Amino acid sequence: MLGRLTWDAIPFNEPIPLVTSAVLGIIILAVFGLITLKGWWRYLWDEWLTSVDHKRIGAMYVLLGLIMLLRGFSDAIMMRSQQAIAIGASQGYLPPDHYDQIFSAHGTIMIFFVAMPLVVGMMNFVVPLQLGVRDVAFPVLNSVSFWLTASGALLINASLVIGNFARTGWMNYPPLSELAFSPDVGVDYYLWSLQISGVGTLLAGINMVTTILKLRAPGMTYFRMPVFCWTALASNMLIIAAFPVLTATFLMLLLDRNLGMHFFTNDAGGSAMMYVNLFWIWGHPEVYILVLPAFGVFSEVVATFSGKALFGYRSMVLATLAICVLSFTVWLHHFFTMGAGADVNAFFGIMSMIIAVPTGVKIFNWLFTMFHGRVVFEPPMLWSIGFMVTFVIGGMTGVLLAVPPVDFVVHNTVFLVAHFHNVIIGGVLFGMMAGYNYWFPKVFGFTLDARWGKASFWCWFLGFYLAFVPLYLLGLMGMPRRLQHIPDPTWEPLLWVAELGSVVIFIGILCQAAQLYVSIRTRVSRRDRTGDPWNARTLEWSTASPPPPYNFAVMPNVETIDAFWEMKETGQHAARQTYEPIEVPRNTPMGLITAFFAVIIGFCGIWHIWWLAVLGLLAVVVTAAIFGWSEHRESEISAAEISRIEDARLRAVG
Amino acid sequence: MDGADRPLDERTPGVEHQESRADFLSYTAGFALAVLLTIASFVVAQTNLLWSPGVPVGLIVLAFAQIGVHLVFFLHMGSGPDNTNNILALAFGLLIVFLVITGSCWIMANLNTNMMPMSVLPPH
Amino acid sequence: MTAIDAAQPGLAPEQEYAGPSSTRTVVGYGFWIFLLSDIIMFSGLFAAYAVLWANTAGGPTGGELFDLRSVFIETACLLVSSYTCGLGALFAERQHRERFYIFSVLTFILGGAFLFIEITEFANMIGKGAGPSRSAFLSAFFTLVGMHGAHVTSGLLWQVYMVAQVAAKGLRPHVLRRLLCFSLFWHALDIIWVGVFTMVYLMGAR
Repeated sequence: MLGRLTWDAIPFNEPIPLVTSAVLGIIILAVFGLITLKGWWRYLWDEWLTSVDHKRIGAMYVLLGLIMLLRGFSDAIMMRSQQAIAIGASQGYLPPDHYDQIFSAHGTIMIFFVAMPLVVGMMNFVVPLQLGVRDVAFPVLNSVSFWLTASGALLINASLVIGNFARTGWMNYPPLSELAFSPDVGVDYYLWSLQISGVGTLLAGINMVTTILKLRAPGMTYFRMPVFCWTALASNMLIIAAFPVLTATFLMLLLDRNLGMHFFTNDAGGSAMMYVNLFWIWGHPEVYILVLPAFGVFSEVVATFSGKALFGYRSMVLATLAICVLSFTVWLHHFFTMGAGADVNAFFGIMSMIIAVPTGVKIFNWLFTMFHGRVVFEPPMLWSIGFMVTFVIGGMTGVLLAVPPVDFVVHNTVFLVAHFHNVIIGGVLFGMMAGYNYWFPKVFGFTLDARWGKASFWCWFLGFYLAFVPLYLLGLMGMPRRLQHIPDPTWEPLLWVAELGSVVIFIGILCQAAQLYVSIRTRVSRRDRTGDPWNARTLEWSTASPPPPYNFAVMPNVETIDAFWEMKETGQHAARQTYEPIEVPRNTPMGLITAFFAVIIGFCGIWHIWWLAVLGLLAVVVTAAIFGWSEHRESEISAAEISRIEDARLRAVG
Repeated sequence: MDGADRPLDERTPGVEHQESRADFLSYTAGFALAVLLTIASFVVAQTNLLWSPGVPVGLIVLAFAQIGVHLVFFLHMGSGPDNTNNILALAFGLLIVFLVITGSCWIMANLNTNMMPMSVLPPH
Repeated sequence: MTAIDAAQPGLAPEQEYAGPSSTRTVVGYGFWIFLLSDIIMFSGLFAAYAVLWANTAGGPTGGELFDLRSVFIETACLLVSSYTCGLGALFAERQHRERFYIFSVLTFILGGAFLFIEITEFANMIGKGAGPSRSAFLSAFFTLVGMHGAHVTSGLLWQVYMVAQVAAKGLRPHVLRRLLCFSLFWHALDIIWVGVFTMVYLMGAR
């Protein structure tokens, strides 16, 4: 009846997951209790959970990413502590079985449930506003995408409470991830959770590409789009191209595990190396999916806080598109050591070096934007400058790793770990923090406290170097990755420095929490009345903060790049216009319901409760059929209401 | 958004147009071509009409031709409003398909050549 | 405003971008790139087949298992169904409801015939001990061809739903948009089948 689910699945005899689960359960109950007591359920349901507004959905994505950052970071600090302690005679406090799950969960959560939601959420909120339109192409699909991602996050966290997670590392290579060597539910949690959120991500990619190519304000030709929209376009094109390969790969592994097939098994002709190949065909474009929008954020922030138009717009666009195409020609550099010959390794090594060039072009463009500008050191700009230094170092170690003979020495050492954290933290995370500080006033209507913002930046910046420079050195000294116990005591001092680094980063995270708390408490004094707190250049700043549901009362007519800057120069931004009623899509619980059944399908797939999984699938189909039959999916905002909203904004601006 | 459809690039439903006959003819022509190409594929594969070592290439060429016929005659690639985006998307998709399939074949063949076969492994 | 900011060089203002496209264009394009993503997913399965087709683990090969006559009949069914689907779409756009129904039924029957032949083939192979768990080759075969068959099945279910919508709501713009998506889907399945029968059956049976 319940497949292989039994009471043994709950970790009664393992104190760390048990206590963590209990604490999480208490926190969740407390939050639900607070919402119930304050009577906020109606508001949450109407305004957020069933919303199809890209602004709400984008904010929810970012919130999901930030919450999951706490989980992923807890895993990180546990790993650092274990490695600092477990040297020589000491075995540390995490047995190998747990340690393996922790590093696997850390990577999986950080990539799929922190970085991706932050990036997708930021694009979701900003792109329609920058394009001068009212929403994405398919608003209901947008909601479905978000809730499917949240379902995946829920499933992965469920592995803490019921069952266990994979012990294979975040890449989940066979033959270890096959049934013969991982018979328990861990790998299944990984596969089902990522398949479900993968569908959400793919649909979001389709939505965003269609929006950017087919829905822009009148007059906004491609070369008048903000650079952030170009990077969003490239990133989402990569999502559409790469995620289906991951879906196919995980499908094949699921078939191996559930139907006894032999794609990647050791016997009957399976090839584990084929998994590695297919995984990285997705995996390399994935890192560009993450970093290109971060580059886009920096383009916006550096231009705004230098008081100048971005230098080299066309070369930025070309560099972005070059990275987009090239990212599909380098994937073998993730497995130089797997056994390919010199010709194959050389080809991919050379391509991996070539792909560094367009990024170099971008760095120079940002530098030239700052040159002769009036640079303002607000937190977003600090994050950007921190990025420029940090990412260049990470990129250089990447070019080192692109040389196959070098890679043979340091592959799978902590040198590699330092490199990818260097570029992901220095690139993606710093970009998301810059974007978070930059666009927060637009989303919520008040600015974030700058002092706590700067404190958090400096802690992250210093903490990053303390945590990861030792890993570069240790990698060159031969320390492999993923060690539960440290065999060489001479590594201890550097590991303690790394541990200190993770503590400093933790303080940075506390500063960010403090920043949010303080900003909310003092929000009245830092309210953004004009909608343009930074004297910025692009169209999202021409709306109120937060923007009204319809974004633009009248779609702007775009004549140049940096359309809002042009509007300010010609006085158009404060002009009153005649308004007509606007149709907006109605809210719908379709996304939530789909996600609910997706969680059931996933959970039952993991625990082999097949009858219920099938029912769940039927329920999804029926829900779609019922939704597809409905009419009257729009509601109208009257011209009078629009006048009222717009007049309030114009009073503040004028 | 039903009422707000801009019919700039849509034919008004229900109104007969000059191109109407042409559409049906176009579909039928495409269908006839596809039938011929399909039969050709089966013939090439199963008889000696084509020089034997050239059969795989011949089949691939015929497959591309059939796909091309489908794209042009059934999916109207190359005509219609704002067609450039459709073709660019197709081109990008085809590039990825090519990289995935040929890249995988090249890499896996290279690995097989360079690595020890399973049957020669010492017992373990 | 500098020269760099100027409009596309050489374009008169009227030729500039006029604004968001119509709903039909937006929906059609979105569905088109969804189909391309689906084709990329199939290419992952194709790649696995291309790499694993010779790994028969001492079991039966394609040459021993494939019956090209039934493959030819399957292919004919699917190709004709693509044609009838296209004609049905033309009639729908011209508001000829009855002819749309007729061609939809034809498409459904032909698609159903395709599925019937395919399922029979699978059952026979499994009955002979040549099921998907026998070898890597067979895993790849069943998954690639089976995934296509699953798409055909979904298509048939979708078609029933669409005919019901036409009957209940008429050939209104939003129903026509969905029919457009269905036609794109059905034609794309035939395109994928061209790849399947060429690469798997015709090359494999030699």
